[in-house]
Amino acid sequence: MPVVMDADRMGRTLARIAHEILERNRGAEDLALVGIRTRGVPLARRLARILQEINHQEVPTGALDITLYRDDLMRHAVGAQPVVRRTEIPFSIDDKRILLVDDVLYTGRTIRAALDALIEFGRPRSIQLVVLVDRGHRELPIKADYVGKNLPTSLSEVVQVRLMEIDGRDEVEIQG
Amino acid sequence: MKKDLLGIAELSREEIYSILDTAEAMREIGQRPIKKVPTLRGKTIVNLFYEPSTRTRTSFEIAEKRLSADTLNIAVATSSVVKGETLADTAMNIEAMAPDMIVLRHGSSGACHLLARICRSRIINAGDGMHEHPTQALLDAFTIRQHKQRVEGVKVAIIGDLLHSRVLRSNVLLLTKLGADVWLSGPPTLVPPGIERLGVRVSSSVDEAVADADVIMMLRIQQERMQGAFFPSLREYFHVFGMTAERVKRARPDVIIMHPGPLNRGVEIASDVADGPFSVILEQVANGVAVRMAVLYLLAGGAEVD
Repeated sequence: MPVVMDADRMGRTLARIAHEILERNRGAEDLALVGIRTRGVPLARRLARILQEINHQEVPTGALDITLYRDDLMRHAVGAQPVVRRTEIPFSIDDKRILLVDDVLYTGRTIRAALDALIEFGRPRSIQLVVLVDRGHRELPIKADYVGKNLPTSLSEVVQVRLMEIDGRDEVEIQG
Repeated sequence: MKKDLLGIAELSREEIYSILDTAEAMREIGQRPIKKVPTLRGKTIVNLFYEPSTRTRTSFEIAEKRLSADTLNIAVATSSVVKGETLADTAMNIEAMAPDMIVLRHGSSGACHLLARICRSRIINAGDGMHEHPTQALLDAFTIRQHKQRVEGVKVAIIGDLLHSRVLRSNVLLLTKLGADVWLSGPPTLVPPGIERLGVRVSSSVDEAVADADVIMMLRIQQERMQGAFFPSLREYFHVFGMTAERVKRARPDVIIMHPGPLNRGVEIASDVADGPFSVILEQVANGVAVRMAVLYLLAGGAEVD
């Protein structure tokens, strides 16, 4: 199965996105990163590190679990409930420019849930969306502000993002 | 999860850990400015309480509201039960209005099992007679894990009225399933015969049970369930079995003192212990909401096919 992004490429992609973020926002003032569990969280932490290296300014970083906001909960007669994990946003999001980070943008339903979840924490000045991979097939009117790689896929394919922190190596693979 | 939560007896280790882990996530919701998630929107939950309760009923209701369920409370004193309706008839009438879950507290052991057989709604046991009180044991385990980082291998001394206590039964089942070292102590008249078979140690000496304990769990003297004289007087009970600051010193220096409430101050526990630095009694109450949210969430999904 083809690996479409290796560790080296992923590192440079994240660095490029960090520069784009600083360019668009004219610096890191009032920025905050929120990663969507599971793989958005390490990506958000890496972006925070790169932003600090470039700009010498710490960017607050949080983790968001969207399970309780999913639109497909309770829709099946059998099967266990999805596992809920902790949301940790240890700062006020009021008037912040929030960078919402996820690994793959697909139907857009996760992002819809994340927006609903995030708004409960306060009123950010703006929310911008960062994704490592955009694989298309949107079912909701959602668009990313920063895209690592546009990856045209068919519905039968699976895009697998692997990250060092969770999977022991960095790569993006298409399966199916 | 199965269709209903009837008792700890029906839960596996994995299910217990899944509830405790989910409760960790639920706890954070209670610390947000907006303490509410949309998860159980459109679900109706009936809290049917045949016995007085402040803590448990309030805790369930807050948990239900934080998950956006529609809730209603039926207190038996104001219901048709006073006109002589049976539990099964009351339940079938509630069931006809299509709730999704019924939280039941009842004075008879096995009442929840009865409802689970005749109702399509999910049944959650909020205490049935002298049988079980599963969500209390779950919140106790959650509190122990929060302080001791684990339940396995922790020495827990449970002291008081062991005979009438559904909290005891649920806790013994849960703590032994998770591998805790459980010691019980209480007046011989209030020790259920054969309780050792559940894998616990029984001592007539509180001091022995409490020695080097990580957790001391006090049980309430349930005078409302006592017909007959189980001990000479409340004063004497306090003298022999009450938890005093002096007794607490025999436990580990980082011991936590628990009590399911309501407290009988000066009977099973001294006020300075209940309000003292080792007491986690109010943390138990706070954790109760998170644990009940976890149970409601996990039960609301698809049931396993038996």
